[in-house]
Amino acid sequence: MIRSDVIKSLLPVIRDEFVVCNIGLPSQELHMMDDQPTNFYMLGTMGLSSSIGLGLALAQKQKIISIDGDGSVLTNFGTLPTIANNVADNFILLIIDNGSYGSTGDQPTYAGKKTSLTAVAKACGCENVVECQAEEAVDVMTAALASNKMTIIVCKCESGNIPVPVITKDPVTIRDRFMDALAAANG
Amino acid sequence: MDVNDRIVADLVKNKVELVTTVPCKQLAGVIDKIEDSKDIYHIPSNKEDEGMGICAGAIMGGKRSAIIMQNTAIGVTINTLATLIQYYRMPLPMLISYRGELGEPVACQVEMAVHTKALLAQMNIPTYHFHKESDIEEFDKILQYTFMCNKPVAILTDATFWKGY
Repeated sequence: MIRSDVIKSLLPVIRDEFVVCNIGLPSQELHMMDDQPTNFYMLGTMGLSSSIGLGLALAQKQKIISIDGDGSVLTNFGTLPTIANNVADNFILLIIDNGSYGSTGDQPTYAGKKTSLTAVAKACGCENVVECQAEEAVDVMTAALASNKMTIIVCKCESGNIPVPVITKDPVTIRDRFMDALAAANG
Repeated sequence: MDVNDRIVADLVKNKVELVTTVPCKQLAGVIDKIEDSKDIYHIPSNKEDEGMGICAGAIMGGKRSAIIMQNTAIGVTINTLATLIQYYRMPLPMLISYRGELGEPVACQVEMAVHTKALLAQMNIPTYHFHKESDIEEFDKILQYTFMCNKPVAILTDATFWKGY
């Protein structure tokens, strides 16, 4: 399974949750497969999906899932200690780890070589870190949502991409409908 | 009122509930007050662009946020300011220590000081420069202005404002 297969398999589980999705192909794939007001697509700013998700989780009650990539976590490595030390039990960080920078041509990342993001997350102090294979993503995400505990999921999958259109929605529209849906859910 | 207490009081008055910080020696006093405030969630960041991501999330979650950082961070955060804070039109007060100005003992700090205002101007970021202690009187209005216009706004605070190093 490649990243788009993982996202596709997760759709029934994450459709009704608030999702912050990583820049580039992950956002484009989610947008193409299941566009929702509850999805916040990052159109720029590589690396900050986990930071945006943490800020959202700390600010309000709804569960927040950040979909991130191994390359983006490597770009913003400082995020893992911040997450570990500011526990938000309504936050799930899903790192889809295909060992490559998918959006830029599948250049290999260090996470696909000697560096284990699972071990790094644990070393940073994250308490619930689950590494799984792509085929297990649905079960692991379902369990994480049910646990009401902040969870870091490192989902290993194969490198590769499918053709997807770019997102042409205006950023303010993306932000505005996401905020409206979140405010409505929070009453 | 002590200038640090005044900053925290104005943040609280303007309903800022989450503040992220990356330390600077000049900002040590205000960071301590932020940490002590019962009205503000203080979340230290490891890098300023990470902090802006957290602020963006808090804003979308319905909580006003702010960042406190050194002017060297302008060099770190240009992309985040352009493609996240400005592109999605988010308000973000940035209280910035303006190192490299009069009284600066560390020569290297001058190297970013000479670019600070030019970079902020290039980014079309409204910029205020606090030089005298009485300049703090404008802080409340600057915060109101920031949340009115949904833009990042810079408040540069130099060594004279902080009464030396």
